Amino acid sequence: MGLEHYLSIFTKAVFIENIVLAYFLGLCSFLAISKKIDASVGIGMAVVVVLTITAPINWYLWEFLLKDGALSWIHPNLSEVNLDFLKLIVFISVIAAMVQLVEIFMEKFSQSLYNSLGIFLPLIAVNCSILGGSLFMVEREYLLSETIVYGFGSGVGFLLAIVALASVRYRLRYSNIPPRLRGVAMAMLLTGLLSMAFMAFSGIDL
Amino acid sequence: MELFNSESKKIISDPINVNNPISLQVLGICSALAVTIRVDQAIIMSLAVIFVLASSNVILSMIRNFIPNRVRIVIMLSVIASLVSVVDQLLQAYMYDMSKQLSVFVGLIITNCIVMGRAEAFALKHGPSKAFLDGIGNGLGYGMIIIIVSFFRELFGSGTITLPDGGAGYVLFSIPESWYAAGYENIGLLVLSPGAFIILGLVIWFQRELIGIEEEA
Repeated sequence: MGLEHYLSIFTKAVFIENIVLAYFLGLCSFLAISKKIDASVGIGMAVVVVLTITAPINWYLWEFLLKDGALSWIHPNLSEVNLDFLKLIVFISVIAAMVQLVEIFMEKFSQSLYNSLGIFLPLIAVNCSILGGSLFMVEREYLLSETIVYGFGSGVGFLLAIVALASVRYRLRYSNIPPRLRGVAMAMLLTGLLSMAFMAFSGIDL
Repeated sequence: MELFNSESKKIISDPINVNNPISLQVLGICSALAVTIRVDQAIIMSLAVIFVLASSNVILSMIRNFIPNRVRIVIMLSVIASLVSVVDQLLQAYMYDMSKQLSVFVGLIITNCIVMGRAEAFALKHGPSKAFLDGIGNGLGYGMIIIIVSFFRELFGSGTITLPDGGAGYVLFSIPESWYAAGYENIGLLVLSPGAFIILGLVIWFQRELIGIEEEA
């Protein structure tokens, strides 16, 4: 499979099947944090980092531990063992642990990065886009290389969507919105419009 | 403790009405939108969430005095993840079509912020029976909103109302052929994701208008 294949997975994950605007994942933090532009850039970067790391790790666990017959590399007798019912628990523990690890690493090696991203990391453990990335990877039967590209692309898609929404909300601060439409309800309508705009990409065939 | 005094009633009815998890606490929106293409999906999803929410609240509330504060997130996640795995397996065993349609969104109940949010805000501070009622109440509040959203999306988007049954769903109502012949058309946009965002935005607006709650900025 050539470069175009990976390029197409990446473009799909960023634009056509944007994880927020097409699959509704990670909306809680998407709505809560998009009030400020610099904070949304921060959480977007953190999502890119964590998704790119956790998706391949979960791929290894799925391929060599959880999948139907995955244990056969230990002993042929184990080839009938199917642990896939454990996937939710394993994936979420990996994500929670990785988020902690990334936080510790960041604090040790780059204080400035930690200061800007650190507070968002704990939030990300329960961001559905991270778990969703791993579950989609299983459902679509991606290879390892495809998983890395897909994880990174989904993260970039999240970053793009949250920064776009934050910018629109920033501009709307001076508009006269009906008082009870303000806040979340308005953000939902805006997200609807953004998602409509992103649907224009769906005609692109790669 | 009696189950039906006025305080218990308030614990159940508040989250349905004035403190709704979706429209006022703004929790659990991710899954709320993805499963609202058809009413039967929304109903099954609400039942799953009510089950997970009530049981996780009860379990966490029973062990709340033994959980060290620092590791509480991991403990909450593992309790919730086990319960969601049970629901996932049950759906695969008894409602295979439905579990295929809901795909990853059953698993994503784990990261549904309502479950974590209620555990953190309520179950860790109250006894099991109150926590149970709180779980039921918030589950019902969540279910109410997603069923309303799915009703509009299915009725105007696909022209049917489907209720859940063992297989592909029982069609309760569909817009008669003569309407289509007369020029009526379904709004295709509602089936797609923008429709979900816009309908939910309008529902939230409507509910806040009813209750009279405003938000800053």
